[in-house]
Amino acid sequence: MASLLGRFCRKLVVPGSAHGSRMTSTTACGSETVKSLNLYSAINQALHIALETDPRSYVFGEDVGFGGVFRCTTGLAERFGKNRVFNTPLCEQGIVGFGIGLAAMGNRAVVEIQFADYIYPAFDQIVNEAAKFRYRSGNQFNCGGLTIRAPYGAVGHGGHYHSQSPEAFFCHVPGIKVVIPRSPREAKGLLLSSIRDPNPVVFFEPKWLYRQAVEEVPEHDYMIPLSQAEVIREGSDITLVGWGAQLTVMEQACLDAEKEGISCELIDLKTLLPWDKETVEASVKKTGRLLISHEAPITGGFGAEISATILERCFLKLEAPVSRVCGLDTPFPLVFEPFYMPTKNKASSSSSLSSPSKNTHFLIHGFSRLL
Amino acid sequence: MAMLFARSRNLVSSLRQNLGLSAILIKRNHSSPRPVFTNYQLSSRVFLDPSTSFRHESTAVETQPDLVQQSDHEDDAQELDFPGGKVGYTSEMKFIPESSSRRIPCYRVLNEHGKIISDRDFIPVSEKLAVRMYEQMATLQVMDHIFYEAQRQGRISFYLTSVGEEAINIASAAALSPEDVVLPQYREPGVLLWRGFTLEEFANQCFGNKADYGKGRQMPIHYGSNQHNYFTVSSPIATQLPQAAGVGYALKMEKKNACAVTFIGDGGTSEGDFHAGLNFAAVMEAPVVFICRNNGWAISTHISEQFRSDGIVVKGQAYGIRSIRVDGNDALAVYSAVRSAREMAVTEQRPVLIEAMTYRVGHHSTSDDSTKYREADEIQYWKMSRNPVNRFKKWVEDNGWWSEEDESKLRSSTRKQLLQAIQAAEKWEKQPLTELFNDVYDVKTKNLEEQEVGLKALVEKQPQDYPTGFHI
Repeated sequence: MASLLGRFCRKLVVPGSAHGSRMTSTTACGSETVKSLNLYSAINQALHIALETDPRSYVFGEDVGFGGVFRCTTGLAERFGKNRVFNTPLCEQGIVGFGIGLAAMGNRAVVEIQFADYIYPAFDQIVNEAAKFRYRSGNQFNCGGLTIRAPYGAVGHGGHYHSQSPEAFFCHVPGIKVVIPRSPREAKGLLLSSIRDPNPVVFFEPKWLYRQAVEEVPEHDYMIPLSQAEVIREGSDITLVGWGAQLTVMEQACLDAEKEGISCELIDLKTLLPWDKETVEASVKKTGRLLISHEAPITGGFGAEISATILERCFLKLEAPVSRVCGLDTPFPLVFEPFYMPTKNKASSSSSLSSPSKNTHFLIHGFSRLL
Repeated sequence: MAMLFARSRNLVSSLRQNLGLSAILIKRNHSSPRPVFTNYQLSSRVFLDPSTSFRHESTAVETQPDLVQQSDHEDDAQELDFPGGKVGYTSEMKFIPESSSRRIPCYRVLNEHGKIISDRDFIPVSEKLAVRMYEQMATLQVMDHIFYEAQRQGRISFYLTSVGEEAINIASAAALSPEDVVLPQYREPGVLLWRGFTLEEFANQCFGNKADYGKGRQMPIHYGSNQHNYFTVSSPIATQLPQAAGVGYALKMEKKNACAVTFIGDGGTSEGDFHAGLNFAAVMEAPVVFICRNNGWAISTHISEQFRSDGIVVKGQAYGIRSIRVDGNDALAVYSAVRSAREMAVTEQRPVLIEAMTYRVGHHSTSDDSTKYREADEIQYWKMSRNPVNRFKKWVEDNGWWSEEDESKLRSSTRKQLLQAIQAAEKWEKQPLTELFNDVYDVKTKNLEEQEVGLKALVEKQPQDYPTGFHI
């Protein structure tokens, strides 16, 4: 398991792919050393750097003061003081509203929602206020300094209210950005970019990976650009698109498919809103097939947006229908979690990945459509 | 999927572990005793304007009964230690009544005939200030009347008036400093007027023309001006309240001699954001003045259908917030209360709640006909007998600071200026089409660039399907 992850991680560092991530490393301390960190430690590092580099930045939310229920905010209150790092009352709409006010005055407010499942009380503030703050004022005001962090996704035993993936709700809101990192190194760079982006950003952290994912993370101040997808594995037969923890599952599906002689190209979308259509389009035009996978329920999930866009742009190049391997249309169940989840065998057995050969598949589908 | 990873740790056990760490408890100052009622005594300090001396004695709060009756039982001498501090105990099972025997009284300075009731507790207003206040109240009246008519004539799409609430609008604004950041609901254009927003600028926003700072994106009356420290109005109710707490906190951190001032109606206090805003401001010890315009109606919903409490003022204490109920139709009372509240907020770094009692004389908006749910007599009564503008006018006139000549000059010139402003705004160039796509983000994103190109092509191809005047 560790070796799989290790192999996965080493792949990230090697800039072999055509659309490899171009790391913008702003060396703050001059050193390029790396350290083996898990996801919560990488996020913690990013928060330390954010508060260090901008004295007008704040981190707050429920239980943030002692380090947070996932330890992402460890050490911040001690280092930067309780005026800048503090607990809030248990009130998500207050947390986000307060953050909007701080941000509107030119500060950076990095607020934490304890679980993405609890973000809904703040939905009005996010959709009606934060997202429209700049536009409605004619750019006289903005709350670009606002970043909302929330742990999302399955954790093995979370049930309805500790496992949700609500990204689709937010991808439908012009004016905010939605970012989801897949690993510790990505998380640090993406979080710093999100915090420093002049637009309000919702940053979902895959809680499953807080401890499970370990990676070499550079210690210095670096940012990974938003709205740039990354081809993390090159292939020629099929494109797979995902984000967050799901990429690890899809990686496994790719390895299995490879044994059947199917060459898979795996893309990490990273930013869902605004998303990098060009990278996905270029890949699908090359491979002719697309499979999208996310934990969130399939109906109305963000996979539908990707599917519709790619159909518009790549229709004549597609050799098979776009496939979506997603969560079921149920509330996230507890004992049934292994059945609910879009596992690697569900991905492998999806029609796109299981076709014996490209040409046969084309013949079957192409002719049936012409008849 | 589980087999790919190490055995997942139980969430609960990890939480337990975290809590066991040597935790830094962020302590707020809970040690100071919190009495049931504060006999707040202002010292005889001189405020911003040295020429207006502050004559003040202890406030008239003493006569209020305690919420909890003290029992003489022996046990009561002892105290219990709970999280949150010591609390006395009693063997008497007594429920706090749902309401006090007496409603919280309303602070007022002028009686209905514009005469000062008592020479005691108010901040004197100079002639210059009083005249300006009156002029602005009258201007607001004329502005409301003419814009309302313009909507009726189909020239603007929507309008809502502040008729009956001119004293709240103007007197509160007069009591603030220009650096205080205002987060309005939507019935406070008088605050913006006071700060120097011109009639032309109001008209431009209502017409959404090229000169509108909001770039034509929102409905009329959704004014905003960063130059005047007046946050752009948004339609959702009460969302500005927690934001005001954040703004106040920002000002506190910047050590500015300024506070956040935010407005809300009686209806808005039922929203969750009211609870969020007050609680956050109190816990964060943020300098915020919350001004509630209790005008009796939330569209067609009377306050008897809005809450069962004694209005809004009693809710302040529930959050640990100092509060006052004031006669919102008394310009001098509003001025004194807001001025005092503002000073407390800034010097003591705390929130303050003001409930300004008033009446919404106008309809909720041009989309409403309030005679459908209330008596025309009631409206008429408040419009004529309880008119805040007339009441203040009497006081100003009695001082010899205003005449009928001044009155007719002001009203006719303001009316003329407004009609001209409307005519000009109506003819003014429209916003270029590109402004539809700007400011969604700081920089236009790819999808928006593509949509703009597509739309422009479409408009050029079929201009008859689109309104004219929007330059591509």
